[in-house]
Amino acid sequence: MSKNILEVKNLKKYFKTPKGMLHAVDDVSFFIKEGETLGLVGESGCGKSTTGRAILRLVEPTSGEVNFEGKNIVDFNGAQMREARKNMQIIFQDPYASLNPRMNLGQIISEPLLINKVYKERKKVTDRVKELMDTVGLTPRLLNAFPHELDGGRRQRVGVARALALNPKFIVQDEPVSALDVSIQAQILNLMQDIQDELGLTYLFISHDLSVVKHVSDRIAVMYLGKVVELSDYNAIFRNPLHPYTQALLSAIPVPRMDAPDNMIILEGDVPSPVNPPDGCRFYGRCRYRQDICKAKTPELREYEPERFVACHLVEELQR
Amino acid sequence: MSPKNENKDLMDRGKKPKAKDLTRDDAVVKNYQSQTEIHSRPGAVEGKDLDVRTIEPPKRKSQWAEVWKRLIKNKAAIAGMIVIVILLLTAIFADFIAPFHYETQDLQNVRMAPNSDNWFGTDNFGRDIFSRVVYGSRISIQVGFIAVGVAMIVGGILGSVSGYYSGRIDNVIMRLMDVLLAIPGILLAIAIAAALGPGLVNVMIAVGIASIPRYARIVRASVLSLRDQEFVEAARAVGANDFRIITKYILPNCMAPIIVQGTLGVAEAILAAAGLSFIGLGIQPPIPEWGAMLSTARIYLRDAWWMSIFPGLAIMFTIFGLNLLGDGLRDALDPRLKG
Repeated sequence: MSKNILEVKNLKKYFKTPKGMLHAVDDVSFFIKEGETLGLVGESGCGKSTTGRAILRLVEPTSGEVNFEGKNIVDFNGAQMREARKNMQIIFQDPYASLNPRMNLGQIISEPLLINKVYKERKKVTDRVKELMDTVGLTPRLLNAFPHELDGGRRQRVGVARALALNPKFIVQDEPVSALDVSIQAQILNLMQDIQDELGLTYLFISHDLSVVKHVSDRIAVMYLGKVVELSDYNAIFRNPLHPYTQALLSAIPVPRMDAPDNMIILEGDVPSPVNPPDGCRFYGRCRYRQDICKAKTPELREYEPERFVACHLVEELQR
Repeated sequence: MSPKNENKDLMDRGKKPKAKDLTRDDAVVKNYQSQTEIHSRPGAVEGKDLDVRTIEPPKRKSQWAEVWKRLIKNKAAIAGMIVIVILLLTAIFADFIAPFHYETQDLQNVRMAPNSDNWFGTDNFGRDIFSRVVYGSRISIQVGFIAVGVAMIVGGILGSVSGYYSGRIDNVIMRLMDVLLAIPGILLAIAIAAALGPGLVNVMIAVGIASIPRYARIVRASVLSLRDQEFVEAARAVGANDFRIITKYILPNCMAPIIVQGTLGVAEAILAAAGLSFIGLGIQPPIPEWGAMLSTARIYLRDAWWMSIFPGLAIMFTIFGLNLLGDGLRDALDPRLKG
């Protein structure tokens, strides 16, 4: 449990826009331990998905390191990367867009096997595809069906099967259930957890849905505008959030009780533009506790307590 | 065809167990569970009474079969197809259909009106116009399909490269295409044909080059819209290289507009070739080409109308058929367009 399978160090991804550099992911560092699920939460446009994609180099990181099993994959060439991708896979948000509409399920799931030439014989590929379909709860009878004939939940199962085909150790789940309705969400989440238990997988679970993240994660990283503001144990973060943004975020979870205390923190103002952000804390403009130092200096992510990381100058003060 | 029948293969889950079966007969229950798409417990079946590897999926019709089914429902498309099939048969069996060879001259009977021997009359050398129209179909089909084929392949490669890689390559290729597009197609074909000299092959080259930009643009536009789709990203995530992504993920998804443009393009190529022949830059006599026949017939229009009418009708019907087929294909390939 203790070994870090993935370490992300100072990962940055900037996009060029007509107005300037868009800091989608700005100096993000975190690590994931083997066999755990790290939940990555944040509002829309805060760079969660870009982080996930940059880790797999589906978008090229502007700078920074992604150490997978001790090796920095950012330096890998094409062949090494192809090898590395056998161990790190991704499940996409939209099961309608992530499957090639011109391929049937058998072809879609066998693509990873064929591209990486895992088996020599055609028969073995088909057998493996059938096994995978069974693992994710699809009957092999659907082998020749096309994606448009399936509902969202089954399509997402196909996406899961494709990601599992190469026996990866680590899977980025980019909002895998946000396009599905709640009953199907539960099915897919449970399926993912069963598979994790069975195969000992490590997940990076990206979501904006706190209830979902709460359900699956061991540890949680909170992102705000391209930065990780807090990273800690699942229990700790829900019991005692340290960062003012996390506090506001968690207070927004509706409590289904009549007598629930109404202590929701309403943030004022809008999320500032990630294009050419100024120095200082990204959350400065909306923070209840802001002080001059917050504007002057960018707070670094630091270990406040063992295993609890937070990027705020005022934690000590606020916790008192 | 009702949707029920269509999904029969997919939705066939075996017999649904009755309530009493559920409680009493385990075999029935197991059979039902194994047939449902979502198992109650993933992996539960494996290694017990049923090996998943032995489950054979039902055979499926290909997507092209579906397209074909929609196509033959369209009456106009069938009409177009019949015309094209007749044209193809005429071209293949020209030797058996034509009563005379296209070069056979009968100088005693020049410019004869249509009669029982010469159904479409004879021309200014006494050649049988019916035979020449029949043989002419070979030339037209060759020019039409080969020119479009060349344009489609070259334009397709250029378009997919420039759409997929974008950036500088895209700019270079597309500005070149703009240069070609800036010159009216027929003018460009005339210029190329004039530079290369007349002849069948040169006509195909000229017409082909003139229509490359159109395919390049269509393919580029489709590739651009598909390039950032998640399924392309998914392919990259499992290690697919660019060639595989373009050929297996992008191009199959932009076939519809290319095929439609191709069918309509054949008609235009035939017309352009006829135009080139008409002004003397195309196929040279005595090879019978419809446009060239029209061209020679022009000076006899007052007293030998049959010399121009029949090759003209042949061109017209061919274009008509191809256009109907092209429209039908567009509807069949993209059922959403019809609403």
